[in-house]
Parts: sequence; C-alpha cells; structure tokens
Amino acid sequence: MSGVEIENLNVWFGDGEDRVDAVIDASLRVESGASFGLVGESGSGKSTILRAITGLVPTWSGKMVVAGEELGDSRSATFFNKVQMVFQDPYASLHPRHSVDQVLSETLHLHGYDDIDKRVPKLLEDVGLGTSFRFRYPHQLSGGQRQRVAIARALAPKPEILLLDEPTSALDVSVQAEILNLLVDLREERKLTYVMVSHDLAVVGHMCEQIAVMQHGKVVEIMSVEEMRAMRPQNEYTKHLLTSSLGYSRPESVR
Amino acid sequence: MSEQMPNLVDVDDLWVKFPTRTGMFDAVRGVSFSLGKERLGIVGESGSGKSMTGRALLRLIRKPGIVEAKQMKLMGEDLLSKTEQEMRDVRGQRISMVMQDPKFSLNPVMTIGDQIMEAYSLHAKATKRDAKDKAMEMLKAVTIRDPDRVFRAYPHEMSGGMGQRVMIAMMLAPDPEILIADEPTSALDVSVQGQVLSIMDRLVEERGMGLIFISHDLNLVSSFCDRVLIMYAGRVVETCRADKLHEAQHPYTRGLLNSLPRLDQPRDRLEVLKRDDAWRDAASVVETS
Ligand SMILES: Nc1ncnc2c1ncn2[C@@H]1O[C@H](COP(=O)(O)OP(=O)(O)OP(=O)(O)O)[C@@H](O)[C@H]1O
Ligand SMILES: Nc1ncnc2c1ncn2[C@@H]1O[C@H](COP(=O)(O)OP(=O)(O)OP(=O)(O)O)[C@@H](O)[C@H]1O
Ligand SMILES: [Mg+2]
Ligand SMILES: [Mg+2]
Repeated sequence: MSGVEIENLNVWFGDGEDRVDAVIDASLRVESGASFGLVGESGSGKSTILRAITGLVPTWSGKMVVAGEELGDSRSATFFNKVQMVFQDPYASLHPRHSVDQVLSETLHLHGYDDIDKRVPKLLEDVGLGTSFRFRYPHQLSGGQRQRVAIARALAPKPEILLLDEPTSALDVSVQAEILNLLVDLREERKLTYVMVSHDLAVVGHMCEQIAVMQHGKVVEIMSVEEMRAMRPQNEYTKHLLTSSLGYSRPESVR
Repeated sequence: MSEQMPNLVDVDDLWVKFPTRTGMFDAVRGVSFSLGKERLGIVGESGSGKSMTGRALLRLIRKPGIVEAKQMKLMGEDLLSKTEQEMRDVRGQRISMVMQDPKFSLNPVMTIGDQIMEAYSLHAKATKRDAKDKAMEMLKAVTIRDPDRVFRAYPHEMSGGMGQRVMIAMMLAPDPEILIADEPTSALDVSVQGQVLSIMDRLVEERGMGLIFISHDLNLVSSFCDRVLIMYAGRVVETCRADKLHEAQHPYTRGLLNSLPRLDQPRDRLEVLKRDDAWRDAASVVETS
C-alpha cells in the first residue's frame, strides 16, 4: 500500500504577470511506512507540495492519494487524525497569544482526547521540553524551543503520516539529534510514514531511504540514499547540490 | 587585531535577565567579546543565549527584560548610555540584524519592495527611483530568481528561503558597519547558501564590515568564519579559530560535533549530548589573543 501517491501534480498561484507555477508536473510515491526526503533549490516548490497535501493551496491539478483517500478540494473530518504537518516557520505556526499548554490542550481536545492534563506533560517530555515550559508563550521561547512545541502539536493526534517541513533547521545539532532519534523511534513503534523536506543533505541521508530533488518547480531526480551517499546522482543540478554540501568555499574574487 | 586600531565592538560582562514567575532568569551571564573587521561565529545549543546576545547589542531586549554590562561599545562609543532616539540611528544604519524568524520580522501588509526601499531610504535619503534601483539590485544580489514579481509580492507569498534572502537584502541595503546575522541561511539550500554567504564575505573583505554570524551549522561556521564563540547556558565556554573548530577541546563542543549526522558515515542512532552541571558554573571564557 502506498502512503502518499502524487501523480502529475501542478500547483500555481496568482495570475497574469504575477502567476507563479510553483509545482510543475510532479509525481512521487511513498510506500506506507517509508521515509521520503524532498530536497532542492530554495523556492522550488517543496513546501508547496506538502501544503497541497494538507489542503492549504486551492489551485492545483493532478492526482493525490494520501492515507487511502483520493484528495479533492476539501479534506475529510478524519484526514487530520491520520496526516499531520510540521511547518517550516515555527513562529508563524504558533498563535502568539496562546501558551504552550493552550496549544497542546486545544489540539488534544480537537482530536477527541479527554485525559488532556496527563497527555500534555508527556508530549512535552517526548520532544525534550521540561514541564517548566508548559505555561510559556511563544515569545518567551527560543527558536528551537518553539519548533519542539510545533512537533509536539503534530504528534498529539497520533498521526500515521507526518509531513515534516524543515523540522530541525531551527534546532541546534544536539536537539536535532534528539528529535531525529525520536522521529526514528516513533516511526518504528507506530509504523509512521514520513515525507520530510530539508536542505541538510546529511539529515535527509540519515532519515530517508529515497530522495526527490526539486528545481524550478519540477522533480528533477529521484534517487536512493545509497546513490546520494556515493555522490553519484544522474542530474547536473543534483551534482551541484551535493558538491555544495561539502562546506563553504571562499570564491577567488573574495580572497 | 593590531593594537592601535579600535575594535568595532567591545562587550564586557554582558548580562540579559528576565523576571519570571519563578524568579530572575539569566539568559546571558557575563559574556565578553570583541569584534573586528572579521566574521565572528556564535554557536551553541538552543536556548544558550545566542540571539539575546545579538539583540542586546542593539538594545532590542523586550521589557521586562534587562540588559546590563560593564561595557558595550561601538567603535569606542558607549551604547548603554545612548537615548532611545540615538539608538534608533544606530539600528539599521550602523548595526543591522537579520532576525532568526524572517517572516515574523517582516511587515505582513507591506510589499517586499516597499519594505526594502523604506529600509534603504531611512538611512540614505535617497530619491524614490534610487531606492527602487537599490532594492532591485539587492534582490538580485541575494539570487532571487524573479525579482520583479518578488518586489510586488507580500511576505506570505515567499518560500522560507526567499523570506530569509529578502531579510538579508533589506538589512544590507543601508550598508551597515556591523551585521548581526541570526541563523541567516538556515532555510537555504546549500547552493544558494553559498552564494548568499559570499555577499557577506565580500562586504567583510572589501568594506571592512564586522559580521556576527549566529548559526547551528558547525561545519558551515568552521568553513566560513574566522573565530567562533561557543555558548552554553548563557556563557561562553570556549573560543577558537573557526578552522580549528573540529579540534575543539571542551566536552560540550565535542558533544555538539559528535551529534552531527554525516553523509559519508551513516549511523543508526545519533549521539546525544550528556550535559554536565559543571559547564554551567564555570566562568565565561574571555579571549586572550
Ligand atoms: N501563497 C503564495 N502566493 C504566491 N506565491 C507563492 C505562495 N506560496 C508560495 N509561492 C511561491 O511558490 C514558489 C515555491 O514556494 P515553496 O514555498 O514551495 O518553495 P520551497 O521549495 O519550500 O522553498 P524554501 O526551501 O525556500 O522553503 C515560490 O516561488 C513562492 O514565491
Ligand atoms: N521574554 C522572555 N522571558 C523569559 N525567558 C526568555 C524570554 N525570551 C527568551 N528567554 C529565554 O532566554 C534563553 C535564551 O534565548 P535565546 O533566544 O538567546 O536562545 P538561542 O541561543 O538564540 O536559541 P535558539 O538556537 O533556539 O534560537 C532561552 O532559554 C529562552 O527561553
Ligand atoms: Mg519551504
Ligand atoms: Mg536564537
């Protein structure tokens, strides 16, 4: 069974001279229980694909079958019990006037849980935040702490499929290691399916078996993690990306 | 740094404190450093006080937070005794900061173009036409693919990495003497990242700008910066030359380095830092060079 199946997906915004074709004829298939990486150029449509799955962009064409449902204009009531997303921008995805406790309690309530007072501290513990954070507001948290709250919120309804948009790019490497270990454990325990966007190729290499590379709205290559590790991609852009990942090299003109 | 030349920034014993329900929380505890015409990296775990150190320099700590220091100077001028009005002239024009959450820091109801033009004209008294030219030039410099569209667009129409580049364009437009860049490239793919970094690099080399570069990316800091401060629990636990970061000695720094996933060396589990209370208690390191 496939967890996420996307065929010939097109997504566009605006019209006239401001029209953007954000995703062009993209196809990919993620088996249930697999972990799939999405990498590529900034602005190439990675977040847009995840947002299209969750129903956040109205203008699209093509076919999407996710968690056994063929997707249309709206999402069924149970869709978000099965599919959750962690957004790229932790600040924007948390309500500024809601405390951590409110954010998590509301989500749990919305998904029909009643032992909320017991679950909130557990969720916080799962993402490595002590209970002292429970009553803080977003502006009282550091960037990485906010992202962990966002991950806790996505885990709350116990989804089958997690769409992760740069889940650790705001985190320090040690918390990143904790969160990645947690995601690996959760996937094993709960047989979760992941679609993960990251610009950090080492993170994607650690987490995913298959990786799609995007540029200018198109999927230019789908490769296995072994091919990526061996630095032997087919596509020119992918080659360029892999080489750039080796670190900053000062251009001649600057030296 | 030669003896006679004044530093761009001198900070001595900086504290940032927040009163909370459970007493005073010290986010930054006695940090001292200086900045020359160089790339100074600040690394350290989440919550270690990196952003607060940067914001404190601009006196941008929100009330009821408190900033204290024995000394906080910009080219010899005392920043702590400046009035709020005087600080407004410092911000943007002399010290710019690329904030960690670019979309949150941009004005959601103003077009990207208008925001960059405003940032530029506030300090350069430019005509509208010059400001527009400058804004377009900056958007192209940060490798925005379709600058005409982006100029007319609103922040929510930007991808994560485009938002970051817009913020960088805006902060560099007024030609600051010092740029504090807080995780400026965390949402950029490695290729665009390299191009954006080379812009900052050039400003340091050619214009003598001072750069404070806050980042979680140890490999990047090591290959891009000149020196690094490593922060833990509001203190500097170690400083070193950036290219020697991988030989750092402090167990905390070693722990950070060991927790990185590596493309060339796959592992089942990533190493997680085991913290030691002694790290928290040791005094902040001050450079001896
Ligand atoms: N709401 C919107 N209105 C107009 N254009 C949009 C909107 N959302 C995204 N876009 C455009 O769609 C394109 C793809 O954006 P997307 O956010 O998917 O990129 P991305 O691959 O996630 O990039 P990044 O790595 O920088 O986050 C960009 O050109 C962006 O400007
Ligand atoms: N208004 C506030 N009230 C109380 N504590 C605060 C407030 N703002 C920040 N803090 C705390 O100050 C500490 C330092 O925060 P800072 O934002 O400098 O961390 P950071 O090193 O930049 O972390 P990150 O890498 O996650 O961005 C954190 O523990 C944070 O929770
Ligand atoms: Mg994105
Ligand atoms: Mg920060």
